[in-house]
Amino acid sequence: MHQLQSDDHAVGGDTPAAENVEAKDVKLGRSIVLTSGKGGVGKTTTTANLGTALAARGARVVMIDADIGLRNLDIVLGLENRVRHHLLDVLEERVEIDDALVADKRSEHLFLLAAAQAREKEDVETAKMQALVTKLRERFDYVLIDSPAGIEQGFKNAVAGADEAIVVCTPEVAAVRDVDRVVGLLGNRFRPQLIINRLRPQLVRKGKMLSVDDVNAILRLPLLGVIADEPEIIVTTNKGEPLALRTATPTGAAYHAIAARVAGDDVAAPMPAAAKVSLFERLGSMFSGARR
Amino acid sequence: MIEFLRRFFGQPGSSATAKERLRLVLMTDHLELAPEMIDTMKRELVDVISRYVEVDREKIDVTFERQDRTLAMLANIPILSVNRPSENGDAGKHGNGKVEIAPPVAEPVSSAQPKPGAETKPPARKRRRRKKAGRAAPAGAAAAAT
Repeated sequence: MHQLQSDDHAVGGDTPAAENVEAKDVKLGRSIVLTSGKGGVGKTTTTANLGTALAARGARVVMIDADIGLRNLDIVLGLENRVRHHLLDVLEERVEIDDALVADKRSEHLFLLAAAQAREKEDVETAKMQALVTKLRERFDYVLIDSPAGIEQGFKNAVAGADEAIVVCTPEVAAVRDVDRVVGLLGNRFRPQLIINRLRPQLVRKGKMLSVDDVNAILRLPLLGVIADEPEIIVTTNKGEPLALRTATPTGAAYHAIAARVAGDDVAAPMPAAAKVSLFERLGSMFSGARR
Repeated sequence: MIEFLRRFFGQPGSSATAKERLRLVLMTDHLELAPEMIDTMKRELVDVISRYVEVDREKIDVTFERQDRTLAMLANIPILSVNRPSENGDAGKHGNGKVEIAPPVAEPVSSAQPKPGAETKPPARKRRRRKKAGRAAPAGAAAAAT
């Protein structure tokens, strides 16, 4: 813990890259890390869907799976059979970037740079990661970096090349605590924005789950949007087809709204539709003052 | 019957528990102090304030909130009386709810002698006199959160 404390300011490296984006090189794309601290909150699913939605808008997008040793993003995107080379092959200069970029099945604007499966997070050189992201920004509008869970070296490497951060949080005590910690580690440079994932409106209304307001009363971050906990996310992950491909579904549409907000469009942060109030519950609320 | 229905329908949600646990855990996270250290700090803080005003130790609420990138300590300390317990010779009694409660205007703080019989006042009267100090604005910005 003490080690981490003393390293706090070093997260993300020393390059003053954030200022350069708008000011100097107009062609340079944006690099955004998706992180959360806690595992299992949906970073990878969010990355896949956000990338898909951004590409659907016509933006050139590359997603980097920075979870070395636990490669997952290729699975969620259904690209696992197309991966020939990985991030470390590029960082260690065994192959050219283009040889390692995996083209998406559905969008010609969308690419994946997969993580190495049989390697460790410590194998990544932070400076090389930074240099790679900068190179990719010259060619892509968005470089989305899917961070591993944790706040150790893997997280630091993922964050190193990024200029912005999106934190993914579920409405749970542990997840909120970890996001709070991660936001503290990131500092102001990344202007972290929040996606609340796996919300169950039914439970929130019953007072059995932290609400969006509960979570953000603590985190106080700009809210990009809220994604409901839908069974169809599991189904689409099984198939390797991000839900953002189905714009007709509420959750698919929510990812597109989030992408629009990331792109700077003035649209409202998507919220899951409030669940219907049953007669039984309405009766219940007459007797319980605890509900709203 | 009403009670039965209330229990039947209205089990209190666990989100309130989650919120409270989160609040407490983040307080310790941000301060990087052990919970018992925070308790000690609160106690000492109240000891200092008690030298000047009579406070209700049971109802003290000290929290820490993140404001931008710094922490603020918010203290809600209900004042029972502006008597100065240490000055009227009753020092040993403050904090246990037995100190005389009197409106500040009625009795100059410098008067040394408590009125005889004052301590036999029923507790109900004390309750009514209690003034809430309100949420004091950031009482002091503690260490930066990062």
